[in-house]
Amino acid sequence: MTAPVSIQAISQTYGTARALDAVSLDIAAGEFIVLLGPSGCGKTTLLTLIGGFAEPTAGRILIGGRDMAGIAPKDRPTTTVFQDYALFPHMTLADNVAFGLRMRGMARPARMDRAAEILALVGLEGRGNRRPHELSGGQRQRVALARALAVEPDVLLLDEPLGALDLKLRRQMQDELKAIQRRVGTTFIHVTHDQEEAMAIADRIVVMNAGRIEDAAPPAEVYLRPKSLFTASFMGEVNLIPVQGGQSPLGPLVTGNGTLMIRPEAIGVTDGPADTLPLGPARLIDVTFFGTYQRARLAPLAAPGMTLTAHLPQSATLAPGTEMALFASAHSFLEATP
Amino acid sequence: MRVLIWAYMAAAYAFIFLPVLVLVVFSFQDGRLPVPPFQGFTLRWYGSVLGNAKLMSALGNSLLVAVVSSSLALILGFLAAHALARVRLPGSVLLRGLLIAPMTVSYLIIALGLLTVFNQTGVRLSLWTAGIGHVVINLPLCFAITYAAMGDQQRSAERAARDLGASDWQVLVHVSAPMLAPALAAAFFLSVTFSWDEFIIAFLLTRFDVTLPVEIWSMLRSGLSPATNAVGALVFLVSTALVVVLELTLFRKAKP
Repeated sequence: MTAPVSIQAISQTYGTARALDAVSLDIAAGEFIVLLGPSGCGKTTLLTLIGGFAEPTAGRILIGGRDMAGIAPKDRPTTTVFQDYALFPHMTLADNVAFGLRMRGMARPARMDRAAEILALVGLEGRGNRRPHELSGGQRQRVALARALAVEPDVLLLDEPLGALDLKLRRQMQDELKAIQRRVGTTFIHVTHDQEEAMAIADRIVVMNAGRIEDAAPPAEVYLRPKSLFTASFMGEVNLIPVQGGQSPLGPLVTGNGTLMIRPEAIGVTDGPADTLPLGPARLIDVTFFGTYQRARLAPLAAPGMTLTAHLPQSATLAPGTEMALFASAHSFLEATP
Repeated sequence: MRVLIWAYMAAAYAFIFLPVLVLVVFSFQDGRLPVPPFQGFTLRWYGSVLGNAKLMSALGNSLLVAVVSSSLALILGFLAAHALARVRLPGSVLLRGLLIAPMTVSYLIIALGLLTVFNQTGVRLSLWTAGIGHVVINLPLCFAITYAAMGDQQRSAERAARDLGASDWQVLVHVSAPMLAPALAAAFFLSVTFSWDEFIIAFLLTRFDVTLPVEIWSMLRSGLSPATNAVGALVFLVSTALVVVLELTLFRKAKP
């Protein structure tokens, strides 16, 4: 089951603090949305409002076209995967997963069959008789996911579900999460502060900061053509070059007023096709080996006070002090807001 | 030094258990007075106690009052604790304080207060009124124990249950209470023990049907007898059994 979600000018204030400031967002049915932002940006607050655990100060939330105002969490077509899993420690895994069905009055044999089915979906086949304390963190996370999916919600809310897992397991769970979402077709709204996780799983990333939406677009677009300086730097390392009247610290550039944004991996030492942007010569300050690339810090000769960061190939022999001509194979430009 | 420490420990235990030991030993006295010297072993007094209809009905009354009043105190204390742990009310610190306050009031004062109220309202004294008195003294205990046991894990599990479609009552029955089972058992058995041993309230708030401590007290008025020792030993046995149950339920679960 799946449904679209429409968030219309939602504001939430706690005392004098404004957690959400007139946020609007339309989510298509079956879309995998990731709310991304630093802590305190309002992403969890938004999730809480969609789940019905708090009422917004202003604005409306529609799920499947139905206004959710005043509807308790238990009556909403949403379920949540909580960061701390929130499994019921006194129940077996099967009973945990079947809990929602039991609350909906499904008879025991039917709901046990369904629980076994969902446990198999998340890779815990035949473990229904175990108890939560016998499981590892990753397995508990799967049970929490299975429990939330068992009632076939229209919208699944995931509150930093992978936050407590170690890096390797997190990457693995991301892939599984994405695969499960494809299979069940439910609308997923996933909160995280990890931009790599967001890019790995999202159909669309919604970048939030200080209670507002900064950007909402597919991962590649958010990364390569961010709509704000905040998004640009939050999505990963970036070189920001101010341009004023066609002049930049690196020399004349044929753009308007604003900021030129170049990702470190887009900077190289070889000229390329026509759209390659020459950045002029620069002196290598230092270089660090990062496995898949070498991270080089360079000072342009035209602006010695400035530092550019470039990810250069593993194989390059780089000696600090060397001068080299730099080219940007890809860049984006953010018009200054007047 | 080491010897002193052991001697001190032995003395401390002797101080606590010597009276009980003497009581139990002289309940087997083959003679008319439960005082030294020990004149020989007999189970006669236990026989006479167990054959005493008044004592046995008092024992039944005590059990009834203990179980019913403790159940009631537990339910009320649990609901109050759940509400105060979940809902942010104005003055909830004060509400909590007021719920625990009766613990600091002497049983005699509580009994006198209840006696006045019952007299004024025309409620006749019975096992019920004694039971109400025991609810008054045990509710703060049940409240404090269950309130202390409610943690963040409990809170998030309840939130998840509501999210999955459970109504408030279903959350209480299927999640809150089972998760708190060790604490609830501890509160219940402690309450039963307190009610079982309680004398002042039971004495002042009962009339024709009385509880065991009141019956023992009236036995004592007719002088010392190994029979009272035998009753005392039986009461002690029941209390000990309850404490053992408590240990097994609460403290075994407390260890991971």
